Amino acid sequence: MTAAPLITVRDMTVRFRTDEGLITAVENVDFEIAPGEVLGLVGESGSGKSVTAKALMQLNAKNTVYDPESHIMLQVPDQPPLDVLSLKRERDMILVRGGAISMIFQEPMASFAPAITIGDQMVEQLRLHSDMSRKRAREISIEMLDRVGISDAAKRFAQYAFEFSGGMRQRAMIAMALSTKPKLLIADEPTTALDVTIQAQVIDLMKDLVAEFGMGILFITHDLGVIAQTADRVAVMYLGRIVETGPVREVIKNPAHPYTQGLLHALPRLDDLDAPLVPVAGDIPSPLERPPGCVFHTRCDRAIAGMCDTRTPEATTVVEGHEARCFDLTKGQEVA
Amino acid sequence: MNAPLVSLNELSVHYPLGRRLIGAAPVLKAIDQVSLDIPKGSFFGLVGESGSGKTTLGRAILRAAPISGGHATYCDGEVDYDLGTIGKEQMRDYRKRAQLIFQDPYAALSPRMTVRDIIAEPLEVMGITKTREETDARVREIAAKCRLNLEHLRRFPHAFSGGQRQRISIARALVCGPKFVIADESVAALDVSIQADILNLLKSLQRELHLTFLFISHDLSVVAHVCDYVAVMYLGSIVEVAPTRELFATPRHPYTRALLSAIPSLDPDDTGQAQRLEGEVPSPASPPSGCRFHTRCPVVHDRCRRDIPHLQEADEGTSVACHFWRETLPG
Repeated sequence: MTAAPLITVRDMTVRFRTDEGLITAVENVDFEIAPGEVLGLVGESGSGKSVTAKALMQLNAKNTVYDPESHIMLQVPDQPPLDVLSLKRERDMILVRGGAISMIFQEPMASFAPAITIGDQMVEQLRLHSDMSRKRAREISIEMLDRVGISDAAKRFAQYAFEFSGGMRQRAMIAMALSTKPKLLIADEPTTALDVTIQAQVIDLMKDLVAEFGMGILFITHDLGVIAQTADRVAVMYLGRIVETGPVREVIKNPAHPYTQGLLHALPRLDDLDAPLVPVAGDIPSPLERPPGCVFHTRCDRAIAGMCDTRTPEATTVVEGHEARCFDLTKGQEVA
Repeated sequence: MNAPLVSLNELSVHYPLGRRLIGAAPVLKAIDQVSLDIPKGSFFGLVGESGSGKTTLGRAILRAAPISGGHATYCDGEVDYDLGTIGKEQMRDYRKRAQLIFQDPYAALSPRMTVRDIIAEPLEVMGITKTREETDARVREIAAKCRLNLEHLRRFPHAFSGGQRQRISIARALVCGPKFVIADESVAALDVSIQADILNLLKSLQRELHLTFLFISHDLSVVAHVCDYVAVMYLGSIVEVAPTRELFATPRHPYTRALLSAIPSLDPDDTGQAQRLEGEVPSPASPPSGCRFHTRCPVVHDRCRRDIPHLQEADEGTSVACHFWRETLPG
């Protein structure tokens, strides 16, 4: 990767103030995304994927606390770098929200306003981010709807979300997110609510659009198969930490972290129907009872007593560009 | 193939859509003339996309959806019921023999009842046990089989994770000693690492308690791993039934092939794009003429637009509803 990263996240820790005390949702997360690169963020429910994504646009709720060492730097080419977390006023956020970064959500029915036409919603946000005329905004919106494969776009422009099918709503959502020409697209489980045949269409569409627009994508999903088909690099999250990261081929073929290995063993695969399904033992701990040391040690069969339950493993390079946080990888090199 | 436990013969579930003054009112054909045998002791998979009618079919077998045509019979060697005309007394008995496990373990359990009461409720409602001691013994026995411990029984559902809640749902469905269990998307709401655990539990319970399962799922890779037979549904009809291995090795219906290739492969180089389906599932209120799949079928012929293909025996123990399955088989 030679291009300067579009977004750089360093040491990000996100906590929520609740009645039960401060809950850690994301801890010391580092990653960057270059223009034209698709980073897949994979993890189970409660792993902090969505919180991470929302932090990039400061969309988390009011009770969110970012630790002082957390940094999110947005570097749009030909513009001064922007420290996202230093933006305090809502109106400053417009540079980021919908400007440099757009987001598409899992449930498109819940994301469109039900009583406003799809077209009006598209025009509204376009005009918010530019001084475009209503007519021009309309033209661009229809063009985008057409581009994402919605037939009869001019007619569809005047319809409401309930008149669209699930797959079409997600396409309209993508059209809307891309119409402002964002540099970074955050896709939070964009295909989870769709049937497999429609999911395949949407994945194909997103791949085409990356090639055409050259934006970076943060693709969030719990489905490793979807990641394999879309991402260039993958980051595996568990309980708010990135436990493994690397090129998607490398991580799926040679997973280094016990959690990633466990996930791959638990996944029913079509190429080997005889392989037994091996669940990852135990349950995901409640965020209120966050394990000390390595967050995965309570479910790990390779946990070393006195080490994994007290100390946090550092990122260890497996091969160039592929890192995992596990003591098992450094065992041989440890002096003690 | 064992004798069928549940046998469907041209079963239909139609819902009226409003009324007309003149002429017949339009109907939504949720299930249209489905014939299917579920062999005793099998783990039978039913797959399809949303709106294909898989849940309605399961509900019709349990008489939770109205049967508007055809026959459904249940025959376990002790009793023989025609589910379309079953009487009240027989129905009460049938409820003990056929049970349902729901999809969402968060919605299915009452938050105000302890786990013990949740599992015991079917026994009390159906009057299976007479004394509290007897009920407790049954609850403890089934809880142990579902790997819940005695301490769990005193707690409320909110204290449990998704996987544990699903084990509670399973225990409740099995406590009255059913022979036939419908699992409707029972692992869809669970994370991958937990899903495998529940699937393994269902399989071991099936062997231990000699159950017959109808496993409804949209996830073909899950079905491939747990089921003995698979039926594929599209728009209220069954397009293919086959032993699992046969179905995944040689999918005969074009829809099955498309469905299989749409599953995102873990191999980044295998995009499966060759078989991509275009368009979306048509509305069941106005299904296409002829073969219901013809609007999206990559190998459609003229005849497909006119004649409805019926499910017919093909080879290797499979059945296919396609006029041209033999000609369009790749390779």
